[in-house]
Amino acid sequence: MLDISSHDVLLVGGGGAGLRAAIAVSETDPGLSVAVVSKVYPMRSHTVSAEGGAAGVALPEDSLDEHAYDTISGGDWLCDQDAVEAFVKEAPQELLRLEHWGCPWSREPSGRVAVRPFGGMKKTRTWFAADKTGFHLLHTLFQTSLKYNAITRYDEFFVTRLLVDDGRVQGVVAIELTTGKVQAITAKAVILCSGGCGRVFRFTTNAAIKSGDGMALAYRAGAPLKDMEFVQYHPTGLPFTGILITEAARSEGGYLINKDGYRYLQDYNLGKPEPQPVLRSMELGPRDRLSQAFVKEQEKGRTIEGPYGPVVHLDLRHLGEKLIDTKLPFVRELCLKYENIDPVSELIPVRPVVHYMMGGVHTDLNGATPLAGLYAAGEVACVSINGANRLGSNSLPECLVFGARAGRAAADYAAGQKAPGRQALAQAVDEESRLQEQFLQKGRGRERIATLREEMQAVMEKGAGIFRSGDSLAATTAKVRELQERFGDLTLDDRSRIFNTELISALELSSMLDVAESMAECALRRTESRGAHQRTDFPQRNDNEFLAHSLVYRQAGQAPRVEYLPVTITRWPPGERVYGK
Amino acid sequence: MAENIKLEVTRYHPGSDDEPRSQSYEVPLRKEWVVLDALNYVKDRVDGSLSFRWSCRMGVCGSCGMMVNGEPKLTCATFLADYAPGPVRVEPLKNFPILRDLIVDISDFLVKLAKSRPWLIRKESTPPPGEYLQTPEQLDAFKQFSMCINCLLCYAACPVYGLDPLFGGPAAIALAQRYNADSRDQGASERMDVLSHSDGIWGCTFVGECTEVCPKDVDPAGAIQQYKLTATKEWIKSLLMPRGER
Amino acid sequence: MAVPVEYVPKTFRPRLSTYWWLGRWPYLRFILRELSSVSVAWFVVVTLVQIRALKRGPASYLAFQGWMRHPVLIVLNAIAFFFVIFHAVTWFNLAPKAMAVRLGGKRVPSLMIALPNYVAWAVVSAGVAWILLRG
Repeated sequence: MLDISSHDVLLVGGGGAGLRAAIAVSETDPGLSVAVVSKVYPMRSHTVSAEGGAAGVALPEDSLDEHAYDTISGGDWLCDQDAVEAFVKEAPQELLRLEHWGCPWSREPSGRVAVRPFGGMKKTRTWFAADKTGFHLLHTLFQTSLKYNAITRYDEFFVTRLLVDDGRVQGVVAIELTTGKVQAITAKAVILCSGGCGRVFRFTTNAAIKSGDGMALAYRAGAPLKDMEFVQYHPTGLPFTGILITEAARSEGGYLINKDGYRYLQDYNLGKPEPQPVLRSMELGPRDRLSQAFVKEQEKGRTIEGPYGPVVHLDLRHLGEKLIDTKLPFVRELCLKYENIDPVSELIPVRPVVHYMMGGVHTDLNGATPLAGLYAAGEVACVSINGANRLGSNSLPECLVFGARAGRAAADYAAGQKAPGRQALAQAVDEESRLQEQFLQKGRGRERIATLREEMQAVMEKGAGIFRSGDSLAATTAKVRELQERFGDLTLDDRSRIFNTELISALELSSMLDVAESMAECALRRTESRGAHQRTDFPQRNDNEFLAHSLVYRQAGQAPRVEYLPVTITRWPPGERVYGK
Repeated sequence: MAENIKLEVTRYHPGSDDEPRSQSYEVPLRKEWVVLDALNYVKDRVDGSLSFRWSCRMGVCGSCGMMVNGEPKLTCATFLADYAPGPVRVEPLKNFPILRDLIVDISDFLVKLAKSRPWLIRKESTPPPGEYLQTPEQLDAFKQFSMCINCLLCYAACPVYGLDPLFGGPAAIALAQRYNADSRDQGASERMDVLSHSDGIWGCTFVGECTEVCPKDVDPAGAIQQYKLTATKEWIKSLLMPRGER
Repeated sequence: MAVPVEYVPKTFRPRLSTYWWLGRWPYLRFILRELSSVSVAWFVVVTLVQIRALKRGPASYLAFQGWMRHPVLIVLNAIAFFFVIFHAVTWFNLAPKAMAVRLGGKRVPSLMIALPNYVAWAVVSAGVAWILLRG
């Protein structure tokens, strides 16, 4: 029989955004009971692998308006400027709050928190904890969350659907991995904080768990996803593994060079090479432009052919061992371990890899989706503050600012709601039957999870990568549809209950296919190039038609429906993105 | 290099097995593969029922700790070729109850972690308008202990934890010391009450293997010995000045 | 149609063998280190026996010396001597772990804390040797 538990506010995901939101709910109203439901233990969440830093105006010569302008221009004017204004104001407050909670930010000799330059930003404002900022942030949040008795954690519970009744979200259905039990957890408000979906692509910095589950949950419940065509490629990932080499390596002064040892970014309107890093110039340009430059270099035959495909080189040798060991120790560790290369004396092979989803569940400034009772924050959400391209070191404060906002908003909403009704539970029983029939009964299916997943990753990388075209996207949408059909023919080797990770992989694949469908469709419809979405058949930015977010709605059995929502412009009318000057 | 290598992997399904057994798989031997890649190869192409935890594959999330040829390792950071010609024995992390195949029950650690009160404790109720000042030297005093990824290899290596499940264990105690040594923290006496105990720091007999196996150089053994010294000094102080500020 | 399923997972709790310390060299080394305190206790006993023999007069002391010359005693003392050295060395090497001494902002390396112990040991041993050998 079905197990049921109830709480006031429920978080799906226990990473940076989820834990910050949970704490915010408890601080808003300690009487509310909070559930953090995560498919992994919270300290395993992908926030842990963020390296470079978190941006927040800190120095007297900097200003909130400049952080806002850098973010808006970095996002190629697709950012909602009211959201950006709120974000840049609250980011330093949140980072300071983390410091008060014990986060070990790196310091100046005076004892003040130190900041470093970062890509796309005109002033220095990125707070950092060596080069393991996300790790320290997540562990500080997790350890601090242990103080709050009102927070109940459901560790290793995989949410399979949202319970929706009477036009509002009333909880979730989740599989308890340890026992295989299907459980209904009702709540007056649900906040999705489940991260992005890098694993939809072939090469990614993302962990195995980034399968877009939260996006799929919202999508299937009828909430629209926004700006799904905007996928960020991080310019410096290690080949084969895709492991991230932080942007901080470039902000500390690293060079990107092609096979001739030439700093090729100077050919792409990103300024002139200087020996020291220059803000918003060359290697400190925005990520979309740097990744696109790589593809152009490859077309010109100037990349180096490595054993796992084309790469360029990241040169840190001139920084010296002392700087590398103080500011970039993790980079050195990763290169030595996974490439057998010491960045102090050798060149690091790097290539662009998928890193972040600008798009996600459509929310307002307070994390509220159009579906009553459903909120979202962090990478899973699209507010949008990142627009068409995110600047490095904006996503950690994004988790904190919008995690806190969504937490407060959900707490206020929940306080005014009556308890969820019994009707929601009927849906939970249906869900249990569905899982049993679709996956766990002995079937005659012929498809394997890995086969479908690899085909999806390959077609997305090829057809919806750094450069796309109408043809490549049409082929991609057709292939994704085919894979969704073949998914119905899936067979599992493991049909048991206890800790069935193959079942979880199948559910994750189904999330990824839904997300891939939405990404390809949005990319096909946006016939312009903007930020990270580059169409070879429509290479110009088209503000007349496309200064708007794409909202994509699922339509069972047919292609998704795409609508457009104009971008909110307050004080910064669209202009040219200028770097290198 | 040979084409393949044999993996001997622990299998255990609570519904059908009374005790764990070993199952062999042949996997390709690629020089860039880590043990985790081999396990994923088995799961994707040979036997989807093999269950194990993993996530970041870059040694920072702490999910993939297992015993490889009897040593606790992060399988995402352990290269397959180092074990050629094999076979490579992959077993669940030692000293923990086995839930399924290579997955162990770490809930005991989560309980002990919370008991260490691993958060910044301050006497004042409102924080200052700016940051607490902390020099790079003060940061250095606890930085090493803050690098723990909770992978629990140290618990697998600790014979005290293996013999006495009530023992707090290296990571939980080291994390308490991380906060004690943080110049911004004022909670040392609160933690002392919990940890200066036969199941806390005094349970440790300084075997030192926890530090040896730690993939992040946290040096939990060092943290615990430092803690013992501090605890002793505090105890002497409390004897000499029984009503003094603690 | 749902058949009630037994959901209680049977976790398997492996029992640590009594001979766990034979499994890995570091564990064996640890046990030997702990057992080396027995050799310290042995020398304390020998010293007490020696003092008692001295107190009882020359005949008694001669008997004591005869006892010490017995091959079994010589072997026993040699083994104990090795273990006392092992005990001292492991102790000196581990002591710095407990003492995080910071000078000028950087942590003093372990060797610098262990070294004074070794130096003191050498000086005291030299002093004792000089007293014993000069007369």
